[in-house]
Amino acid sequence: MAGSGLWFSLLLAAALAGRAAALWPWPQYIQTSESHYAIFPHNFQFQYHVSSAAQPGCSVLDEAFQRYRDLLFTSRPWQPPEPARKQHAPEKNSLVILVVTPGCNQLPSLESVENYTLTINDDHCFLLSETVWGALRGLETFSQLVWRSPEGTFFINKTEIEDFPRFSHRGLLLDTSRHYLPLTSILDTLDVMAYNKFNVFHWHLVDDSSFPYDSFTFPELTRKGSYNPATHIYTAQDVRKVIEYARLRGIRVLVEFDTPGHTLSWGPGVPGLLTPCYSGSHPSGTFGPVNPILNSTYEFMSTFFLEVSSVFPDFYLHLGGDEVDFTCWKSNPDIQAFMKKQGFGNDFKELESFYIQTLLNIVSAYGKGYVVWQEVFDNKVKVRPDTIIQVWREEAPVRYMKEMELITGAGFRALLSAPWYLNHITYGPDWREIYMVEPLEFKGSPQQKALVIGGEACMWGEYVDSTNLAPRLWPRAGAVAERLWSNKLVTNLDFAFKRLTQFRCELLRRGVQAQPLSVGYCEQEFEQT
Amino acid sequence: MEHRALGLPALLALLAALAPLSFAAPGPTLWPVPLSVKTSPRLLSLSRENFSIYYDPSSTAGPSCSLLQEAFRRYHEYIFDFSKSELGPVKRNNAVELKQLLVSVGLESECDLYPSITSDESYTLAVEGPVAFLKANRVWGVLRGLETFSQLIYQDSYGTFTVNESNIIDSPRFPHRGILIDTARHFLPIKSILKTLDAMAFNKFNVLHWHIVDDQSFPYQSVAFPELSNKGSYSLSHVYTPNDVRTVIEYARLRGIRVIPEFDSPGHTQSWGKGQKNLLTPCYDGPKQSGTFGPINPILNSTYCFLSQFFKEVSTVFPDHFIHLGGDEVEFTCWESNPEVTDFMKRKGFGKDFKRLESLYIQKLLGIVSTINKGAIVWQEVFDDHVKLQPGTVVQVWKSEKYGEEQTQVTAAGFPVILSAPWYLDWISYGQDWRKYYTVDPLDFDGSQEQKKLVIGGEACLWGEYVDATNLTPRLWPRASAIGERLWSHKGIRDIEDAYNRLTVHRCRMVRRGIAAEPLFTGYCNY
Repeated sequence: MAGSGLWFSLLLAAALAGRAAALWPWPQYIQTSESHYAIFPHNFQFQYHVSSAAQPGCSVLDEAFQRYRDLLFTSRPWQPPEPARKQHAPEKNSLVILVVTPGCNQLPSLESVENYTLTINDDHCFLLSETVWGALRGLETFSQLVWRSPEGTFFINKTEIEDFPRFSHRGLLLDTSRHYLPLTSILDTLDVMAYNKFNVFHWHLVDDSSFPYDSFTFPELTRKGSYNPATHIYTAQDVRKVIEYARLRGIRVLVEFDTPGHTLSWGPGVPGLLTPCYSGSHPSGTFGPVNPILNSTYEFMSTFFLEVSSVFPDFYLHLGGDEVDFTCWKSNPDIQAFMKKQGFGNDFKELESFYIQTLLNIVSAYGKGYVVWQEVFDNKVKVRPDTIIQVWREEAPVRYMKEMELITGAGFRALLSAPWYLNHITYGPDWREIYMVEPLEFKGSPQQKALVIGGEACMWGEYVDSTNLAPRLWPRAGAVAERLWSNKLVTNLDFAFKRLTQFRCELLRRGVQAQPLSVGYCEQEFEQT
Repeated sequence: MEHRALGLPALLALLAALAPLSFAAPGPTLWPVPLSVKTSPRLLSLSRENFSIYYDPSSTAGPSCSLLQEAFRRYHEYIFDFSKSELGPVKRNNAVELKQLLVSVGLESECDLYPSITSDESYTLAVEGPVAFLKANRVWGVLRGLETFSQLIYQDSYGTFTVNESNIIDSPRFPHRGILIDTARHFLPIKSILKTLDAMAFNKFNVLHWHIVDDQSFPYQSVAFPELSNKGSYSLSHVYTPNDVRTVIEYARLRGIRVIPEFDSPGHTQSWGKGQKNLLTPCYDGPKQSGTFGPINPILNSTYCFLSQFFKEVSTVFPDHFIHLGGDEVEFTCWESNPEVTDFMKRKGFGKDFKRLESLYIQKLLGIVSTINKGAIVWQEVFDDHVKLQPGTVVQVWKSEKYGEEQTQVTAAGFPVILSAPWYLDWISYGQDWRKYYTVDPLDFDGSQEQKKLVIGGEACLWGEYVDATNLTPRLWPRASAIGERLWSHKGIRDIEDAYNRLTVHRCRMVRRGIAAEPLFTGYCNY
């Protein structure tokens, strides 16, 4: 480890001088030199290698070629073509792609291999990957390597890259319940996620505030639970669009239907689903979490999650399970009676467990895996050993790194989010703290560390909608992206600052409303439309 | 996964948001609240086709006043443009139709003038069918009244444009209601500045304080000294040409907004040095020049020659009576290191007191500015450091510690004050910080009636270290709106929950008018 670390940092120092300094996230191994090759847009093409398992007609790559051609050569400020003068640099007129394993029509999964190698030298301009997903990551890196001289010629330096992600789950959470996000905001976010090599879109689709998911088995949910059933909903077609748009970028869509708390918006559309709260001996007219003592609740959940399981193809569903408030349950005499009957005493965590366990059984019967928030673990709900636990609380009941230790110690897989709540804003360059988090910095065996499958940047929506989403997300979420992709040793803040500053200018050039890290400018500034 | 610690107001707001009907109950929503509003339950309807804004025969301004012509066109758009859900001319329950708004300017209109600190912005609005009347002494009052009129109109649940019969008498509490933008830390494209002016008009702000240059860059293209921006701007495309500046000033004028440029000196001038040799003080490292530079060199005659010429240009380019001269945060270490400067200090008998050197510089600069018949605004340090100020020099209070005491002292010395200290919008934090801005009262300091009268207003400052065109608008709006109401409305308007409800609707109105104003809290805009 020490040896490879040294080799690594030497390369880092060497690369600092070159154009490769603009890469984000930083690749695992890179060797680059000052010698470079010219690229002429009208001559250049992406090409499938003859022995590639993916060939023309592979939608994922065909479309990616088109996208990256546009990103590379259009939307740059127009410059007069270079006068025909002698080129000192030899030309590269194609990037040849070889994918080893077939599979263009599948969906990415937690197990997808994203490795690739990129070779640009006198003999080759070559991208090799195990899968199409790796090819997508390699294309992004390739696009970041191409630069333009002041005269307007495109160049790429002689470079050798061997790259793979450090963690396989690199997620971004958007919350479409506190504020509705128009479809274009979601799709735009998926684009920028791909630029940052994120691979999971955690869609916190519904919550207390609104229910925009248009269910075909229970249309009343959106009719009564959305902000506006004509305009503030996601139709089945919208959802399909998001999933396919994400797939084409190698991004999974992990949908969250959070229960039994955070469900106020479900109530109007499904009478009897929520617990009626009592004030003394009378119902107060307000409602609490999902009512866990009724058979009808589980019948509803069975049907609803059957639909969800088929609409969202990813193997995993996020079932929430956070912040269940017991006061309403406590106030309700029927619940009290049920508790007595079950022998739960006054321990409402037992009731919560009862609910969650029943729900987990329902979902696992549909052949799905699940992710839950940490409370499910904290409250000692019996869950399947392959459950993924997402850590979000910074301090309580324990510091988040201790929580990671406990969860992995119990043999569960863990996802880290606690230090990455991007909705929390402060003055100044907070990306630094976000960046310096080391997800494996807890006491534990190598086996425990191996159970950390990654993390997620979370953008909760209380104060965020399409007016401020993009500048609040980018480039701050980029700090999380690099932490989850790059080698553990990539922690130099100055190096990161330089690259991230350049990367944010590249984002502006690509039309992303990414906010500045510090004073300065970009050649091409964001222009309001 | 989210926020146990919602405060009670937030919870109430959430509950409100959960009941969309009570939340979005249609009705007029005014921001900032006018001085006097009488609304009757009697409703009038309006339609895009039939409604027009025109001049009352008694008006001194008529169709030749392009400022009003453009405003009429703009507000017709604002009123009717968001009508995607409009179901055509639906007439219901015999509501009388409002066909016209007649505008009357009583005194000389000032149509072709620039607004100033003394501009009369008062107006009265009488909305009764079938004709409404907007009366003002000057065009500036008409502009404010048109904004209010547009805010009175809403679409009822059938989509009909509706207005309650109303009588409004209005005038601002403070004459100086500003927004500071900083185009030196980050360049802001002209489009962003114009958008900001639009939003300012929606909130009845009337001063754009343009902090145009600073250490980091010099984007102002000077005719007399073109090298300043040639060498001092971020790049040659990060420059405001004379034409750009004229565009901003005219766009602002048409909205009743003054443009006050700030050329901050003697500190905050690193970028000036690149294009103007010998302007900055060379710093010394022991006996030798270190190659770095400090504030403007106050001991050379050439400095004042340059400043005379430069500010002469500035005074013709920017028509407002006031120029902001900065004067904040002067760092003395470089002056201290320079033997010529210390010799000069000795000769002048300043001892080691560099504040006296600073004073000498500022006094000369103030002299230059007054010979070109301009008024000066300075940051509070100039007052704090005992620079002799000419009467009428405006002092802007920006330091957040004990700003009330500072106001007491400045006004006791007889100088007018602009308050900014509690309103630094670049300082962001999680949640509803607009409430903090809203609850400030600018006259909440110890002082006599006479002293309080010296507070001419305030400014919301959005410094640019972390702000550029990507995040300017959502960071500014609707947070600055809180300050807009504080500076316009009567002192007694301070019910924060009422403000929350109105501001929520007002922010949706801004979004509809193309301003990406961020949300106050969970909820949605109904359009």
